[in-house]
Amino acid sequence: MSTVSRRGVLGATLTGLALAPQRGQADETTPASPSGTQAPSSPARSAEALDIVLQVNGSAVPLTVEPRTTLLDALREQAQLTGTKKGCDHGSCGACTVHLDGRRVVSCLTLAVRAQGKAITTIEGLAVNGTLHPVQAAFAEQDGFQCGYCTPGQIMSAVALIDEGHTGSDAEIREWMSGNICRCGAYPNIVAAIRGSVQEG
Amino acid sequence: MGSIGKPIDRVDGHLKVTGHATYAAEFTVPDLVHAVLVQSTIAAGRITGFDLAEAKSMPGVLLIITPDNALRLTQAKGVQQAVKAPLLQDRDILFNGQHVAVVVADTLDRALAAAARVRVRYQRDEAVTDMDAMLDQAYVPKSFRNGARPADSRRGDPEAAHDAAFAKLDVTYITPIEHHNPMEPHATIARWQGDKLTVWTSTQGISGAQTTLAGHFGLDPSQVRVICPFVGGGFGCKGNTWPPVTLAAMAAKMTGRPVKLVLTRAQMFTSNGYRPRTVQKLRASAETDGSLQSLRHDGFSLMSQPNLGEFCEPVALSTEFLYACPNVAVSHRLVATNMPLPTYMRAPGEASGMFALESAIDELAAQVRMDPLAFRMRNYAENDAHEGKPYASKALMACYTQGAQAFGWKARGAAPRSMREGNVLIGWGMATATYPTNRQKATVRVRIAADGSVLVQSGTQDLGTGTYTVMSQVAADTLGIPVSRVRFELGDSALPHAPVSGGSSTVPSVAPAVAAACEAAAGKLRDLARSDPHLGWGDLDASALQVREGAVIGPDRRIAIAALLARRGQSFVDATSESGPGDEKKRFSLHAFGSHFVEVRVDADLGEIRVARYVGAFDVGQPLNAKTLRSQLIGGITYGIGMALLEETHVDGETGRIVNANIAEYVVPVHADIPAIETIVVENAESRSNPLGVKGAGELPMVGVAAAIANAVYHATGMRVRKLPIRIEDVLGSA
Repeated sequence: MSTVSRRGVLGATLTGLALAPQRGQADETTPASPSGTQAPSSPARSAEALDIVLQVNGSAVPLTVEPRTTLLDALREQAQLTGTKKGCDHGSCGACTVHLDGRRVVSCLTLAVRAQGKAITTIEGLAVNGTLHPVQAAFAEQDGFQCGYCTPGQIMSAVALIDEGHTGSDAEIREWMSGNICRCGAYPNIVAAIRGSVQEG
Repeated sequence: MGSIGKPIDRVDGHLKVTGHATYAAEFTVPDLVHAVLVQSTIAAGRITGFDLAEAKSMPGVLLIITPDNALRLTQAKGVQQAVKAPLLQDRDILFNGQHVAVVVADTLDRALAAAARVRVRYQRDEAVTDMDAMLDQAYVPKSFRNGARPADSRRGDPEAAHDAAFAKLDVTYITPIEHHNPMEPHATIARWQGDKLTVWTSTQGISGAQTTLAGHFGLDPSQVRVICPFVGGGFGCKGNTWPPVTLAAMAAKMTGRPVKLVLTRAQMFTSNGYRPRTVQKLRASAETDGSLQSLRHDGFSLMSQPNLGEFCEPVALSTEFLYACPNVAVSHRLVATNMPLPTYMRAPGEASGMFALESAIDELAAQVRMDPLAFRMRNYAENDAHEGKPYASKALMACYTQGAQAFGWKARGAAPRSMREGNVLIGWGMATATYPTNRQKATVRVRIAADGSVLVQSGTQDLGTGTYTVMSQVAADTLGIPVSRVRFELGDSALPHAPVSGGSSTVPSVAPAVAAACEAAAGKLRDLARSDPHLGWGDLDASALQVREGAVIGPDRRIAIAALLARRGQSFVDATSESGPGDEKKRFSLHAFGSHFVEVRVDADLGEIRVARYVGAFDVGQPLNAKTLRSQLIGGITYGIGMALLEETHVDGETGRIVNANIAEYVVPVHADIPAIETIVVENAESRSNPLGVKGAGELPMVGVAAAIANAVYHATGMRVRKLPIRIEDVLGSA
């Protein structure tokens, strides 16, 4: 590993984490539990269903989750709100960006239970009565996407970025949008869409 | 007033900005359960046993599939997109991250938790992971380009010409393993109803998925339906029908429940291919006047163990024809390792090979003290000397001149390090782009309803490339109606057959079929009108009647389609047309072209390299939509910037494990890495490449980017970097 970049520090941290058994990867170095004996209690065993109510896009959404369930999985797998996307599940790509009380967060690193009592806004909640939010309209007009998979996250991030006031220049927009990866490479069009929204708004 | 070429908004844009475009994992299927893959932690050896007691006792677990209880599959014979292994059919381990088990549980959390508790015992063999140390054991591909041509070619005498030439180059270029990393992880939902299988899967080829699954499960393709209206990026890794698709269907069959299987980002690094590492030896020579004398390009490409299949990165194909050069030889070899099977990744061969060739051209130009653009113009090929044919069309010279003009290339200081601004070293570099124009057979059905609306259907795909939009435009223009009157449906194997979306072939393949089907449907309307006694057009030639604006228009009057159909008691007319390659490939060399001009700024003390300015000029034949085309062009350039400066998959030599299997450490370009990009589409109206004169644009724009940037880095620093990605440490000390 010789990634020398502004992400080098983050990279070093994640390399350490990667040594632990990852989700969905069997590690032969993990001792097998002796057959017939109970392994120490883990979240998986002790997990109990929790009935919670989330405020999503102005509606109360009752859900049954586990303590470990992420807000992202709760939205996608249970609330049928699949506009919020899972790209990495590690907080690296921004595809799952939603607003919690108006602030942008990655929902893959937010536990569903911790989102109780907060106003959650997802991409489905941005248009009002079928009228696109100006940022949504600008993305469509500027072609700020190709495959569209990162788009909900880009738009949620962009709306928050404008509220935050980080639109002083194209360079500032780029810097503050850099948590949202677009593999199709629509970046110049996304910047144009955000710039256009600010000028019109 | 047609829509072709205009910058109209994407017809599926509204769905994408509202979160209502439905990707594979997002279909609501009742009774769904979740599958999670378990992957090997060794790279070579054999599974000696599983300890499943703990995993099986976890809450919600329904089934654990291992090679011991997996359904026995038949191999899908003769299906190009089929991937043979690993499908849990034996206990052999051929690479780290190989699928060894599938855990099915009632919720995703529970499946993930149980998967982490599957214990696998192995007998470990020594793994081969270092390709560069194995070059002496390289072998000739068994089926290079699927057997379409030999792996090697030769004309003239490159060795003798090299020996006699004034300027010589004999160097090695290296490109690393790269991963596609589309934002949407590969996902499948599989559901059996009796002996009928439906899969919703993220794929670039629904027809290949259909035939592969039918082959594996011993079904007729008509028993398998594959649905994929949206693909969250592909770039090649969703072209084949990779094992997770089949394993999802297996899990659904074994549990009797619909199963959803979504890869984790880490699993995306060992489950659906990658661009293989290449080692490319370049020997090139030129005379003092800049005329190329010889090119020899020998490519070595990393491979998996051969029993997984075969893929060779065809690095040297552009070298055969791009320049006027009398003596050319190329070869392609494979080196077997304990890595997964590599595959097509955006401009496979061209992206990696043109890094080497276009760097070498820059090096030769420097040796003979010529401007690199002038050197390329000096060696401009008017014909394809390798195939011995004229180009169907080639507007590369316009790409060179218009790109250079827009960039201001004339002001470039000739010597490296001559454009310093304080502590910043400024470098200007350029390179050529080329990509073949591919075309396959495609079938399209068109239905014109009484209200004048038009439904166009084809089992093709839209990877974000704009298929929905541009096909709607072709239909609208052929029938003389607004785009809003057309609905284009794709992504369902129940629709007429279309080829895999790969090789930038979707537009050249499907667009002519759309035009042909619309013509055929319009022909039926003209026939109806001519045979209608009230109109008195019976004696007219069909060409005297036009179908447009929802009417059939004759010399004296017009009749609305609705009225015409009503009189005949019909509610619609429809037509199905197939369109495929003609003899154009026999007559012509078929390629798209382009040029890249880039400015990099290198911090003289820190070695930080930033792309500051970019101009790309491209010949894509007839553009269909200026807006979606520009998105493809800037997207390809961005992919190329990643290749040049950021992207590399690191493999631990001891374990064969990919150590940066995540999207934080596999560094892809982010907003802050990409400057404003100017794109130019040069005019090139022709109809020799195919009836519409269209060339694909998905891959072309990334070809040459890495070389242009490497050449700019040389111009800035005087350091020639022949290994990607170009890192800070490669240029440190250049102050």
